[in-house]
Amino acid sequence: MEIHRKIIFEGELDKNFLSEIKAKSYSEEINRCIQCGTCSSSCPMAEYMDYSPRKIIAMVKHGFKDDVLKSFTPWLCASCYSCQVRCPSQIKITDVMYCLRREAVEAGAYPSKMPVPALAQEMHKLIAKNGRNSELWLVVKMYLRLKDFIGPLKMAGTGIDLMRTGRLSLKMEKIKNTKQLHTLLKAVSEEAK
Amino acid sequence: MKEYAYYPGCSLKAGSKHYEESLLPVFKAIGVPMKELDDWNCCGATAYFSVDESMAEAICGRNLSIAEQDGRDIIAPCAGCYLTMKKSNAFLGSSHAKAKKILTELKNAGCEYKGTVDVIHPVQLFTDDVGLDAIKAKVTNPLKGLKVASYYGCQLVRPYTDFDDPDYPTSMDALMEAMGAEAVDYPVKARCCGGSLAGVLDDVATGLNRVLLREAKRNGADVIVTLCPLCQFNLEMNQNKIIKKYKEDIKLPILYFTQLMGLALGIAREDLGFSRSVISLDTMWAKLSNGGAK
Repeated sequence: MEIHRKIIFEGELDKNFLSEIKAKSYSEEINRCIQCGTCSSSCPMAEYMDYSPRKIIAMVKHGFKDDVLKSFTPWLCASCYSCQVRCPSQIKITDVMYCLRREAVEAGAYPSKMPVPALAQEMHKLIAKNGRNSELWLVVKMYLRLKDFIGPLKMAGTGIDLMRTGRLSLKMEKIKNTKQLHTLLKAVSEEAK
Repeated sequence: MKEYAYYPGCSLKAGSKHYEESLLPVFKAIGVPMKELDDWNCCGATAYFSVDESMAEAICGRNLSIAEQDGRDIIAPCAGCYLTMKKSNAFLGSSHAKAKKILTELKNAGCEYKGTVDVIHPVQLFTDDVGLDAIKAKVTNPLKGLKVASYYGCQLVRPYTDFDDPDYPTSMDALMEAMGAEAVDYPVKARCCGGSLAGVLDDVATGLNRVLLREAKRNGADVIVTLCPLCQFNLEMNQNKIIKKYKEDIKLPILYFTQLMGLALGIAREDLGFSRSVISLDTMWAKLSNGGAK
């Protein structure tokens, strides 16, 4: 067993993190957080998170960049927006969570063994290529990315139920004008750089 | 009534075929003309906003542009598509520098968007535009004796709260009552089912959906109606796992609200996708055929 330091020294905090996240999530309101915990108590996923939404907002405010970007919390946000509509300081918490996901992907800091970021990135690739999602292929690609070969077995029952009721399609869906889509996506991603 | 652009999204063409199969005849019966949006692309759902913001806004912009070229508003039956496109529509109409850049690139790619399209959910259209009285007048087969729990989930009522209450919405309950059914009280009606997380995290799937099913059962519901493909999928597909894990009887049919509307409007049972239910509907049919008598 290895023992590691459990506290962070002030000099290791990222002083620019708050302003970066505020700008990129269009949420100037983060400053107004009063740490009341309405977000955490509204969150149906809080019990699964490593840091509750209230803690994540505090960590963003104070520059705990590394811990925030490595955290499971943003990836466990179900986008239910309960925290966002209830926050007395009107912080767009769900949008902040999305922003933290993007920052974690960009920094390569996201939890790579977790299925949620794998699903998001595979879906992103599939749509960028074909313009449409194909449910079955997305799941296959996610498990391949995770090198998880037990997960698909656990889904076999659901697969059989879907097949039995004619709800499982093997087709790889595609839009007609993929050329336009590719031109558009290339242009906006270059513009962003 | 003007013609709308139907945006099926990926689910209504795959795992949620019965949503489309019941939605289209219901629109026809009510007399709302609607044509599928030409060459639509996926809305990107929660995945795109998790990876690349500009691309997420751009792909929604393309859909909005196609609808705008025909001068039509978008009907988005999937709550995920509804919110994603509504959100992008608001962003593209904002003064952010990034929004202006994306609009420029949309124009360069041949899909200019001026910002004139509205994104509407069918529940909203039926409630606000068509009106419950007009729909009620078309009911030929009232759902007498059927107790329905209306489950809204998240993304229709949050974060945009202009159409219904974010914590205790009532529009779909009113719609079910107009169909002759009894709407049971269902306090967890807007609590999250886990969305796409439930598909990949087992404990989340069983934990969250157990509460939703148990509460519907406790309040005497014969059936839960949903308005979102992911909600329908999670509530239906996790029942066996929940029964195994918690040893609770939570078995309930999970339908789309449009399937029950179709029945009440006199559309043939075979034409409303009921055969796609994984859960047996026998108890529900028994309730309906005897007119509610116990």
